[in-house]
Amino acid sequence: MENRAALISYLPVGYPTVEASIEAMVATAGGGVDVVEIGVPYSDPGMDGPTIQQAVDVAVRAGVGMRDVLRAVEGVAESGAVPVVMSYWNPIERYGVDRFARDLAAAGGAGAITPDLIPDEASEWIAAADRADLDRVFLVAPSSTDVRLAMTASACRGFVYAASTMGVTGARAEVSSVAPALVARVRAISGLPVAVGLGVSTGAQAAEVAGYADAVIVGSAFVRALLDGRDPAAGARAVQSLAAELAVGVRQRS
Amino acid sequence: MSAPSRTDNGVDAGNGVEVPGRFGPYGGRYVPEALVAALDELDEAYRSARADLGFREALWALQRDYSGRPTPVTEAKRLSQYAGGARILLKREDLNHTGSHKINNVLGQSLLTQRIGKSRVIAETGAGQHGVATATAAALMGLSCTVYMGEEDTRRQALNVARMRLLGAEVIPVTTGSRTLKDAINEAFRDWVTNVETTNYVFGTVAGPHPFPTMVRDFQRVIGDEAREQVLERFGRLPDAVVACVGGGSNAIGIFTAFLGDDEVRLLGLEAGGDGIETGRHAATLTSGLPGVLHGARSYLLQDENGQTIESHSISAGLDYPGVGPEHAYLRDTARASYLPVTDAEAMKAFELLSRTEGIIPAIESAHALAGALVLGRELGPDALILVNLSGRGDKDVATASEYFDLAEQTEAERDLAERAPEEQ
Repeated sequence: MENRAALISYLPVGYPTVEASIEAMVATAGGGVDVVEIGVPYSDPGMDGPTIQQAVDVAVRAGVGMRDVLRAVEGVAESGAVPVVMSYWNPIERYGVDRFARDLAAAGGAGAITPDLIPDEASEWIAAADRADLDRVFLVAPSSTDVRLAMTASACRGFVYAASTMGVTGARAEVSSVAPALVARVRAISGLPVAVGLGVSTGAQAAEVAGYADAVIVGSAFVRALLDGRDPAAGARAVQSLAAELAVGVRQRS
Repeated sequence: MSAPSRTDNGVDAGNGVEVPGRFGPYGGRYVPEALVAALDELDEAYRSARADLGFREALWALQRDYSGRPTPVTEAKRLSQYAGGARILLKREDLNHTGSHKINNVLGQSLLTQRIGKSRVIAETGAGQHGVATATAAALMGLSCTVYMGEEDTRRQALNVARMRLLGAEVIPVTTGSRTLKDAINEAFRDWVTNVETTNYVFGTVAGPHPFPTMVRDFQRVIGDEAREQVLERFGRLPDAVVACVGGGSNAIGIFTAFLGDDEVRLLGLEAGGDGIETGRHAATLTSGLPGVLHGARSYLLQDENGQTIESHSISAGLDYPGVGPEHAYLRDTARASYLPVTDAEAMKAFELLSRTEGIIPAIESAHALAGALVLGRELGPDALILVNLSGRGDKDVATASEYFDLAEQTEAERDLAERAPEEQ
């Protein structure tokens, strides 16, 4: 692989429709995204800001479920990008933890990110992910103590998700200044790649984050592009061109 | 310096459950990592405060001199005839300053906020009682205060919105999701994770991530501790049953806890049955929900086959919540307490009966407990002593009740009263 940071896009399944969301995910891969975070719609997305809430709300009301998510995983896998599911815990638990792990692996998924599941509560998920040979990605935050940082990183497989700021998802004018320090703290105790998320929306910000992290995660900006698209085709074109801009950014490490 | 990890903490979660924050398989912490440090800080501050005589005395002084504790136990003698002659004892939490039991917890958590050196509190509110209590304590202690309230609830409980604003709090109507309590909680958590350095989340019920279920229970258990002593002193024995309404479950846990070891005392929680369980329009989580995770804890919740939270329905904004505290889930599974639904219609009938027989207008939430007590009384008979937690007063519900009762010329309760009038003379 080239010596550059990876680019990760996030989009929720089911906005504006299941099919259109899969097409948009594939479009981000076409624009140069390496990994697609496939969002499971959830009625109570406590870590998400208004942009993602708005899209996810449409998907929840349409009754989008794990079967649709697994179709998205297959679609992304066929496009050549790496599919990783992002889900709050209750939809996974309701589907069945073991069943989720097996079906995700069978669909070609690489693993799952669980924003409201801390390793303290994750023994069942860790065991299921191990059996299915899946990555499990937990989050670390600027407020994490050294003890928790080490515990969380050692529970991760695949990569560590560093929340760049104290807050919810959403585009910000500036990427947090505490993110580089958090990445350095993780690097000091773990050999896993560190991906930085929350607040990145432009090529310049991607370049900045790519300067110190192994991967750059962009979510709300892609969702915003879809929300602003006149129709699904326009939305797909918009996310593809945003992906291309960000892909240039991660190759420019500032 | 790093806070201890939660596995180091030795809080006894009660009921012989030794794991911190766990009630059997329920409870725990299902939260973003960004909140763990704040929860640890709160837990640590709470444990040290609980062991600190000065803190306990400061809290007791506020409860006594500011809130008006101990609250009395009133025997509802004229109501008894509608309960098969059983003696109904009302624990008068409605007489607390601000009009409900919510102040008990808020005074404790606000003192803790000062103790950990934070200057701002946030709260969620459904009926507005917890929001008013938090705004009140914030005014008293010089803290800045923001309250999140579902837009739907700001309409149903406009009086409480005005009260909070008069007290200097900022009230933010929440327009996401079902626009009720559950969405207000989501929004409050989002605020907390963003502003955690200056802000403490004063959570209103015994749900949420550890330490909230344990801490809120401990601040509310004064209700049952007092009532148990008052009943023993006045009647020379324990009540046969203790009855309370359950939304998140704080007033119920507050009165149940003192009686958990009294195996002969039946514990009955009444959930909001809304239009009836069979209609699907209700908030009876323990009656018809399934175990899962919502708002940071494992407990029962109303959820669909995809694990999405189902919107709840109740005439009572304070019970209109699709989750429930994890300790109630544990008490349900172990059958130490039982839980039944009460419909809107049954609750409103009890609301009117208490108003007209005792001169006490209850909160519609508390009227659910009364409705359950009336049924239980008919089952237990005239020798029974039933202790009901009258968790709040009905001033806030006057608009809802007026609208409700104007629908019929003569209400069911009026007919009952008319029929019974001769016997009473």
